[in-house]
Amino acid sequence: MLNTAVTSENIVPKPYKKGKVKRVLLSVFGLLLGLIFIFPVYILALNSFKVQKALFLNVLSFPDANTFTLNNYAESFSKLNYLQSFCNSLYITVFSTLLILLISTMAAWVLVRYKTRTSKFFFIIFAISMLIPFQCVMLPLMTVAKILNFLNPFGLIIMYMGFGTSLAIVMLHGFIKNVPEELEEAAVIDGCNIFQLFFIIVVPLLRIILITVAIQNVMWIWNDYLLPSLIINKPGIQTLPLMTYSFFGQYSTRWDLASAGLILCMIPVIVFYLFSQKYIIRGMTEGAIK
Amino acid sequence: MKKSKLRFWGFLLPALLSFILIVIIPMIMGLYYAFRNWNGVSTDSEFTGIDNFIRLFTNDNDFLRALLFTAAVAAFVIVLVNIIGFALALFVTQKFKGATLLRAVFFMPNLIGGLLLGFTWSFIFTNVFSTIGNALHLEFLQGWLSNPETGFIGIIILSVWQMSGYMMIIYIAQLQQIPVSAKEAAKIDGANWWQTLRSITIPLVMPAFTIGLFLSISNSFKMFDQNLALTKGGPYHSTEMLALNIYNSAFAANEFGYAQAKAIIFLIIVAGVGITQLVLTKRKEVEM
Repeated sequence: MLNTAVTSENIVPKPYKKGKVKRVLLSVFGLLLGLIFIFPVYILALNSFKVQKALFLNVLSFPDANTFTLNNYAESFSKLNYLQSFCNSLYITVFSTLLILLISTMAAWVLVRYKTRTSKFFFIIFAISMLIPFQCVMLPLMTVAKILNFLNPFGLIIMYMGFGTSLAIVMLHGFIKNVPEELEEAAVIDGCNIFQLFFIIVVPLLRIILITVAIQNVMWIWNDYLLPSLIINKPGIQTLPLMTYSFFGQYSTRWDLASAGLILCMIPVIVFYLFSQKYIIRGMTEGAIK
Repeated sequence: MKKSKLRFWGFLLPALLSFILIVIIPMIMGLYYAFRNWNGVSTDSEFTGIDNFIRLFTNDNDFLRALLFTAAVAAFVIVLVNIIGFALALFVTQKFKGATLLRAVFFMPNLIGGLLLGFTWSFIFTNVFSTIGNALHLEFLQGWLSNPETGFIGIIILSVWQMSGYMMIIYIAQLQQIPVSAKEAAKIDGANWWQTLRSITIPLVMPAFTIGLFLSISNSFKMFDQNLALTKGGPYHSTEMLALNIYNSAFAANEFGYAQAKAIIFLIIVAGVGITQLVLTKRKEVEM
C-alpha cells in the first residue's frame, strides 16, 4: 500500500482500474476515520442547539422544531462575559507572542553570530531549562509575583516572555545557523547601523521560522489555563480559559448551556486554524525536522 | 562594524533577564523551599531537612498512587500515540481524494486547549456513552468516569485523540525526506509492502521516532488541564496525575513546601525519563 501511488504506476504498469478502486477505498476509509475524529465536537455542537429537556431524552438526535433553540448561545455568551474575556485573551496572547519573538530573535541572533564560550554557555542553559516542568517553579513564582506586584495582565505577559523564550531561542538558533553571514557583512559595508542590520536584513530572512514560533506561542498562550489562574483570576481581567472553568463549575449539570459555551470558546481557535492552516502544518512539519 | 561586547549583551539581555526572573530565580527558590515547611502565605518557613522527601515516599499513598497512575497513563499514551500517529502519516501520504483535508482534521484537536477537550470528552463519556449503552444494551458504557478504571481509559482516549495528529505531522515530515529511489529499488527487488515498511521506511523514519517519543513522554507526564477537566482526579484521588497531585498539595492542603518537594521529584522523573530516552534512541539511530 505504501508506495503504489508513486511507483507501481510509473515503473511497473498495471491496469488503471486497480489504482482507481484503491483510491476510492482509501477515500472512503479516510472519510470514516475523519468522522470518528470529528465526532466529539459534532455531538457537542448538535446539543448546543437543543433545549435542556431534549438532552435528557436523547443526546444523539438532531434538534427538531420543538427542541431547537439559539437561546443557549445567547445565555452562555453573556455568562462567559464573552466579548471581554475574548479581548483579554487576545491582547495577552498578542503582546506576549510579539515580545517573545522580539527578545528571542535578538538573543538567538547574537548567540549564533558570536562564537564564544559565553554564548555557548547561555544557549545550553536555555536548552536545558526546557526540561523544567511548570509545577517546579509555579509556587516560588507566585511569591516573586507578589513582591514585584506582578499579579496583573502586565505581570502575566512578562511571565510568558520568561517561559516562552527558551523554546523560541532554541528553534531560532537552529534556523539562523544555516543563514549565511555574508549578507550581513555586506550590509554593514554598505553602511547599515545595527538596528537597520537587524530589522531590515536579518528579520526578513527568518520569516518562515518566525511564523512557526509565533503560531506555537499563540496556541500555547491562548489555551493556557494554569498560569493565568494563579496570576489574574479576578473578575474583569479573566481570559477565556479562566471563564470557561468557572462557568463549568456553576453549570456542570447544564449541558445545554455548557455545550454552547464550549463551542463559543472553540470558534476563535477554529477560525484561526482555517486562516493559518497552511502555515501551521508547514511550520510544524519544518519545525519537526530541526 | 566590529562585533562588540556591548552589542552581544544588549541583544541578549532582554531575553536573559526575563528568563532569569521568571525561571531561574523561582527554580533556585524552589530548591530552597523543598527542604522547608512553608504554607505559601507567610514569608516565614522553617528548615525541616529531608522530611518532605521522606514523607512523600513513605507516608503519602496519594502521591505514590499518582506516580504509578501517571506512569501507567504515559506508557499507554506513548505507545498508542506514536503507533497511531505513524499509521495516520502513512495513510495521508497516500494519493487519494481528501488526503490533505484529513491531515487538517487529524491535527485539529491539538489546537483546542486541554481544558475544552477535557470538558468535551466528559460530556461524551458520561452522557453520550450512556445513551449509546442504553440503546444497544451495552453494560460497559454506563457510569463512565465514576470509577478509576473508566477514568484511566478516558484519560488515555482523550490524550490519544489529542496528540496523534501532532505525531502524524512529525512523521509526515520525516516520510517526505525518504528518497523515492530507495522505495523504488526495494520494489524492483521484489519487496512487498510489509518488507518495504520494515526495512526501508521504518529505519529511515527513526529520527522522527526520537522526536515523537520525546514529545509524547514529556506531554503525557506533564498532563494537567485534561486531567483537571475530565476527572478532577476523582473519584477519591484515584485518577490524579502527578501535576494535579502537586497542585492539590499546594492549593487544597496549603502545604507549599511539601508540594515543592514533590515538584523537585517530578522534575527529576521528567528529566530523567526524557534524557534516557533521547540517549537510547540516538544510539539506535546511529546503528541503523
